[in-house]
Amino acid sequence: MNTADQYLKAIYLVQGIADGPASTGALAERLGVSPASANEMIGKLQERGLVEHEKYKGATLTPDGEKRARDALQTYCILERFLANVLEVEEFRAEARQLEPVIDDTVAERLDMIIDREPQCPDCFHPETDACALLEAELPELD
Amino acid sequence: MSVAARVDSDDQLARLLQIGIVLEEVVEARAYQHYQTLPEVERDAAIEGLLAEAREESAEHRRRLEALIDDLDAESVPFEEVEALVSEQYARNHPTDFDGVLYDQLNGEETAYKFYDDLLTAIEESEATFGVDREQLMTTLAEIREAEARGVEAVARLMGDRA
Repeated sequence: MNTADQYLKAIYLVQGIADGPASTGALAERLGVSPASANEMIGKLQERGLVEHEKYKGATLTPDGEKRARDALQTYCILERFLANVLEVEEFRAEARQLEPVIDDTVAERLDMIIDREPQCPDCFHPETDACALLEAELPELD
Repeated sequence: MSVAARVDSDDQLARLLQIGIVLEEVVEARAYQHYQTLPEVERDAAIEGLLAEAREESAEHRRRLEALIDDLDAESVPFEEVEALVSEQYARNHPTDFDGVLYDQLNGEETAYKFYDDLLTAIEESEATFGVDREQLMTTLAEIREAEARGVEAVARLMGDRA
């Protein structure tokens, strides 16, 4: 998943938790990057019409941005579910975060052929636990 | 986490190789399913040859990836497990005619090519020392990637012949 899609997904999830714009600080923390890097990327996404940014408030996805964010979240859900159910990885959330940048959405679509994903995906994704609410797996503490 | 596409550890590399093995197993198992379920009227020597070759090639790639994983002290996912998962889900997403089978094979080969290409880039981006010889790792992955490219060409040629 490319960097832009990782940001869009993060903005979508942070917006959901905050019930409003995603602050640069919250985004930087979620993505493990510096606030300066987050700001720079938000600027680029704004230029591409995917995000609206309001100073001191944060970033809000445009309809186009939200569509891409939901697609990216679906790719991420496939990866988490694949790691948890097929490879039986206990720390599937931490590993999904590590592997996400290397896994293209076409690869995830192929992995989707062997997992049992629910039709309401990605609406069942829980932003605070960072996992699908319907995934039958233990959720160890995240670092 | 990091937004960078880079492989930083043996664990991460082993996990990605496991994903590669599963992708190969999906191609192999689906090629077998296609072969079993394609209606008689849609069959010919070209498609049967293509599916047989795809299965053999995926099995060969799987064995090469498994050898790398062994050196990293990780385990592979048994083919039988993936084969069972493919069979379970096959009913909801299987092609029913010649063109559909070819498209599925093309998709499998293209996806595998993209996966190995991204993986090679992510390894090149890293300065980590792995538990497997880097040159051997890169050579193996590059050779598999080239085989996938040839696979894409073979399917595309067959599609062209049928058009």
